[in-house]
Amino acid sequence: MLHLILFSVFAVIAVAGALNLLVQRHPISSALSLIVVMGSLAVEYLLLGAEFVAAIQVIIYAGAIMVLFVFVIMLLNAGVEERTKGSKVALILGFPAMLVGGLLVAWVLLRAPNVGSVNVGAMYGPPKAIGWLLFHDFLLPFEVTSVLVLIAIMGAVVLASPVRSRFSRPQPEPERQALKAAAGTEPAHEETVTARRSS
Amino acid sequence: MIATADYIRILPEIVLTLFGLIVMFVDPLLPESRNVKPLGIIALIGSLGAVAASIYQMRYPGPAFWNFVVVDNFSIFFHLLVTIAAALVIMASFEYLRVQEIRAGEYFGLILFGTVGMALMSSAVELVLIFIALEISSISTYILAGFRRRDAGSVESSLKYFLLGSFATAFFLYGIALMFGATGSTDIPQIASALRLNGAPLLAYVAYALMFVGLGFKIASAPFHVWTPDVYEGAPSPVVAFMSTAPKMAVFAVLLRILFVTESPSLLAGSRPVWFWWVWGSAAVSMTLGNLGALVQNNVKRMLAYSAIAHAGYLLVAFAAAPEAGISAAMFYAASYTAMNLGAFIVVSHFANAGERYVTLDDYTGLGRRSPLLAMTLTIFLISLIGIPATAGFFAKFYVFSAALKANLVWLTIIAVVNSAIGAYYYLRVIVAMYMRDSTQEIPVMRVPAGVTATLLCSVAAVIYLGILPGRVLEFATRSAQSLLR
Repeated sequence: MLHLILFSVFAVIAVAGALNLLVQRHPISSALSLIVVMGSLAVEYLLLGAEFVAAIQVIIYAGAIMVLFVFVIMLLNAGVEERTKGSKVALILGFPAMLVGGLLVAWVLLRAPNVGSVNVGAMYGPPKAIGWLLFHDFLLPFEVTSVLVLIAIMGAVVLASPVRSRFSRPQPEPERQALKAAAGTEPAHEETVTARRSS
Repeated sequence: MIATADYIRILPEIVLTLFGLIVMFVDPLLPESRNVKPLGIIALIGSLGAVAASIYQMRYPGPAFWNFVVVDNFSIFFHLLVTIAAALVIMASFEYLRVQEIRAGEYFGLILFGTVGMALMSSAVELVLIFIALEISSISTYILAGFRRRDAGSVESSLKYFLLGSFATAFFLYGIALMFGATGSTDIPQIASALRLNGAPLLAYVAYALMFVGLGFKIASAPFHVWTPDVYEGAPSPVVAFMSTAPKMAVFAVLLRILFVTESPSLLAGSRPVWFWWVWGSAAVSMTLGNLGALVQNNVKRMLAYSAIAHAGYLLVAFAAAPEAGISAAMFYAASYTAMNLGAFIVVSHFANAGERYVTLDDYTGLGRRSPLLAMTLTIFLISLIGIPATAGFFAKFYVFSAALKANLVWLTIIAVVNSAIGAYYYLRVIVAMYMRDSTQEIPVMRVPAGVTATLLCSVAAVIYLGILPGRVLEFATRSAQSLLR
């Protein structure tokens, strides 16, 4: 019983933290409420008997990743977010709609005689069981994740590297004309980013 | 102990990953002004190697890596589809990359790595692996959409696609979690047997709905289609040719596997699956909104984006139809759609010129005189998209509609036929502009390079082959459908 109460309390804290993350206008406040979400999720994992995942959640997510988030926000010197008309509409329409949708799903699930939850047992908890799952049963997904990480790094390289022209060599005639014509309609190199941000 | 056969069953993925790594290693060794061709050739060899590996796999059907992937006719069909599409796009990209000053190493690398994800999606039978593969394919397409860094539209397209796509992926992941909660497994055959034993609990319905939301976004079916025109308009055209075909068809493969395998007992018993009405509704709305949206477009890229939404709808019609005929019709449609849509976007890509300037309908006036090759091939792709006989599009629609009629879906078939008629109008408008109106402005038509010509000829050959001799491909698709439903 105490288990269930603790679980419900931290579930509510997690959802409240997530909502606070959305409505806060300063990025640092959002990042701090994300830490609340991560922390309460760690407690949930602990209550479900997954002590290893809970520890990892605190060390990696609430620790390392959130520190990185806060650092980046401070380095970027991000100011208070400006709300547009569209986001006000989202605030007025989106949250009530979400609430109604969530309540509807909860109502249907609570009323149904056969919701169909299964008991998984405590087998996912200790590090040994997780290690066995990760490096034996889930070996292929584990290895394939490396490709996922690799393309994420490539994406960062592509999208964050400075835009530069490498056309120092002579061009064939039609292409040069086309490029010249194109230059008129396209914003030049570095301006693009700043122009987008201000618009 | 992992057997050799296990490695053969993921051989295309291994080949693609290896060649992607080779591209990344060779890239810094070459001068940046002259690296497009060598890197492109390496990537082309890699993708063709994956095609060969997929064909080689036919002799080794069966599960691998503790039932995480299965090689069967179905997986081989979609492996061939995505790897051939990747090879065609790589072949057509050489000139575009040079003119647009796009970093070739990352471009080819991302196409190859993305194809790894798409190939895995078609052979994976475990939801966690499917999720990771889906993420690989999605993230590589988000990045590829933003490759024209100097153009604000491309950056916007990439960001929009990324934000909405991540949102959709979250739905899919939530669906997987609930399915695990309902059945105690993430393995598709085990889910099927759990559902057969206990009946489908309510949680499974919610799980199906959430998974359908996530995957419906990726295939651009209504009501999750809103991102499509903006993203397609801003992204580089060869990338659009790629992302409107290969990743989409891989997601269709996932949908076919999840929806049909988990529900196979009730399907084989002849009753309607739990997801029947969602698919029915999504198909009807996609077709109607896609075609109506395309009618008013003046930008050819946007028009083709709306047409892609409509075609996703036609494909979903096959899902609602009788299981065996439906699956094979959907697979045939996937192959035809890939050939004709890829070709059409490659023509648009080449004609749009540096900076993607010439994309409106007015720019296409008089193209028949200025560049007969581009106009001729685009005409073939467009009449195939309409569904005129002797092209792939005709048989694709014919099989889908007859499968729907076989399942007594009269109303859905009527909606689909009416929509095909509406669609004919906007496709024909482009053809009329190309041949019957004189151009009002001076537009330089660039020489069509060998790579683009080869891609266009391959696509035309595929469109006409599927349009005249559909038998062999359909027979292969039917055998795959049987292996899937068994």
